[in-house]
Amino acid sequence: MTRDGEEALAPVLSAERVSKSFGEVQVLFSVDFDMLPGEIHALVGENGAGKSTLVKILSGFESPTSGRLLLDGEPVSLPANGAAEALGIILIHQEFNLAEHLTVTESLFLGREVTRFGVLDRRFMRAETRRILDMLGSHVDEDALISSLAVADKQMVEIAKAISRDARVIFMDEPTAVLSREETEILFDQVRKLRAKGTSFVFVTHKLNEVMELTDRVTVLRDGQWIKTAPTRLLDSDAIAQLMVGRELSSLYPAKHEPDVDEEIVLSVRGLSTGYVKDVSFDLRKGEVLGFSGLIGSGRTEIMEAITGLRSRLSGEVLVHGTPLAADDFMEGVRRGLAYMTKDRKGRGLLLEEGMTANLTLQSLGRHVRYGYLDPASEREAMARAKRRFDIRVRDDRVRVGRMSGGNQQKLMLAKVMETGPKIIIIDEPTRGIDVGTKQQIYHFIAALAREGCSVIVVSSEMPEVIGLCTRVAVMREGHLVGMLEGDDINEQTIMRYAAGLRRQAS
Amino acid sequence: MSINSGGEATTIRRRSWRDVDLRAVAPFAALALLIIIGALVNPNFISITNLANVATRSAFIAIIAVGATFVISSGDLDLSVGSMVAFVASLMILFMNSGVIADPGLMLAAAMVLTVVIGSLCGLANGLITTVGRIEPFIATLGTMGIYRGLTTWLSQGGAITLRSSELQSLYRPAYFGSVLGLPVPILVILIVTAIAAFILYRTRYGRHVTAVGSSRDVARYSGIAVNRVRTIAFIIQGLCVAIAVLLYVPRLGSTSATTGILWELQAITAVVVGGTALKGGAGRVWGTICGAFILELVGNIMLLSNFISEYLIGAIQGSIIIIAMLVQRSLTRKA
Repeated sequence: MTRDGEEALAPVLSAERVSKSFGEVQVLFSVDFDMLPGEIHALVGENGAGKSTLVKILSGFESPTSGRLLLDGEPVSLPANGAAEALGIILIHQEFNLAEHLTVTESLFLGREVTRFGVLDRRFMRAETRRILDMLGSHVDEDALISSLAVADKQMVEIAKAISRDARVIFMDEPTAVLSREETEILFDQVRKLRAKGTSFVFVTHKLNEVMELTDRVTVLRDGQWIKTAPTRLLDSDAIAQLMVGRELSSLYPAKHEPDVDEEIVLSVRGLSTGYVKDVSFDLRKGEVLGFSGLIGSGRTEIMEAITGLRSRLSGEVLVHGTPLAADDFMEGVRRGLAYMTKDRKGRGLLLEEGMTANLTLQSLGRHVRYGYLDPASEREAMARAKRRFDIRVRDDRVRVGRMSGGNQQKLMLAKVMETGPKIIIIDEPTRGIDVGTKQQIYHFIAALAREGCSVIVVSSEMPEVIGLCTRVAVMREGHLVGMLEGDDINEQTIMRYAAGLRRQAS
Repeated sequence: MSINSGGEATTIRRRSWRDVDLRAVAPFAALALLIIIGALVNPNFISITNLANVATRSAFIAIIAVGATFVISSGDLDLSVGSMVAFVASLMILFMNSGVIADPGLMLAAAMVLTVVIGSLCGLANGLITTVGRIEPFIATLGTMGIYRGLTTWLSQGGAITLRSSELQSLYRPAYFGSVLGLPVPILVILIVTAIAAFILYRTRYGRHVTAVGSSRDVARYSGIAVNRVRTIAFIIQGLCVAIAVLLYVPRLGSTSATTGILWELQAITAVVVGGTALKGGAGRVWGTICGAFILELVGNIMLLSNFISEYLIGAIQGSIIIIAMLVQRSLTRKA
């Protein structure tokens, strides 16, 4: 009986044979997709599989080249530029759409402020905001400025905004990419509560464990084609990963290669403090892959930036091959073979308006100077080398970097950093927001670097990554290095215990 | 195999046709259009003499705008250039009037060197105030604009500063009125300055750094680029260009006053924007800038030669041009 009822549920929103082309390039090929009321639907696929395009079409930000959309079974053409929100179809962007200078209440009612006699009814709007936030179990203050909120809270405000508009379908593009494990849990609880009330969710994500944990159905896209839609409980993450890449992923992580205990210490950090980071010390050996784990905001990026000279140190010293490295001098570090790859590839890593070559050589232009001018042939050569070495795949070499897929951008950024010929490489979030196939390539690349005698520090919020790659793992908590794990201690439970403050090593 | 490579060649050819950057081409198309309109309005317009005259008169703005291309490409703005012209020119004439060096040739050479040094120092001041002082370039150069203008008014006591020695005057005259191989000196100077600037911007490490800093300060910083140094040098280049413009300006009239170079900053910025350089920083287009300076001067010339618009409206027309240029730039970006 219940099963019959399940079958009979009519989709809220569906796409029928939707295709989309940008100019000559077709990115979606006759894709079918449907959303049932009160379900959480995962949309997965490699970078460039067409997930984002499909989501944009379903939320009215793009119109399909052919095919049609149905809302409650009726053909509909969604109004452009987010006006579909009035129909209860809401897209929460990967980069949030919140104005930093507004308060939470002002953000929630932005564009549809409630007035009484032509004057803003602040009291009503604040009360309403509070009610919605309480409903979500969020402790965000309704008068707080958006700029003062943590990323997870901003996400919560976006969701509150969606609810306040009586959302029927909410699209979330990589919602957990910037969240810690705990924050993710809170988000999932709220999503489940809303599902019970009949709201439907589409989750675009690369994290398959979250797909398994949260969603009811999965749709897999590959190269713009619909591959499969199935209930999540009938699949496991391996099966989904295989559907995504269309081949078997033999081993995501390469074999670990532990350096000898008497191997040379290439980088030594002694009592390093910044405003937030307190008294951090550790050593890095030649050929080692050292992980840095911890919650978001535990000071991992700060410590790395202080080591490389991008951020000022308050005290402490950094030794490269036994000799001190000057503070606040990023270029000296680069000259001595120390490289840092930022986690913010769009804001700090790459010039999105420029082409690939200008980005690749930006940090190592000195290598291409002949008689005082830049030699284009030499730069082209470097680009060709990098494309081969890092398997950067683009349709047109002159493409603007901002138009490349996340995976290719990440590879390009890695290539750019490697152009300086570093011996010690600090990689902050090596695989944020990229697909499984590219992840595997990057992991193997990191392992290869270590075997060649380079030393790598991997800062990551994805625990499986740290566990799968590193021979030692440092755990940070609130600016302190609280544990250095080795061997069997490198597992999710132990790392979490240190990261959450339940355990701590005497330093 | 042969079929395959043939197919590739055609796709490449087709791509290159479609990929022509409209923003780079637009200013030259506008220039061509203006010349056609000018020829229709008045047959005298198209004569070599008239066009050479227009190009010569555009020299000051063109050369200053080349410097402005660097400042704007690196994401800054310099409003002080007009006042700087008046200030540097006044100091140059005062130095020549001081008579500290008897030999006129030596005196002129020393004055020119001094001008270049003062121009660079003025640019350096702008650069340090914006970078070390961390003041928005708009405000910083608004301040120095007032300072340079005020100092000029004070030096001239509200009147004019005139080159007194007729010997120096006649010696210096050819720098503006002379010509080399039939090419007027100012046009020659424009071409040389632009060629050097284009080389620096497109073919050197510094030029690449300017583009990077203008596109994203953060990316530049995380790529190990000394952002403040790059910005300051751009301001110095601007000062140098102002000095070169002064070297051409002084022999023309042999005198300056408190009103010299008024609104030149507007014209220089207009030339840069009309030339296709984005005001928000990033890709700079030096040749486009020169084209923009010609367009401004041509519009004035056409208005003068035609009878249906009063030449007193020239400021209004130039103001409209910068707005139209911005609109065109934006619509072309969206298409791309």
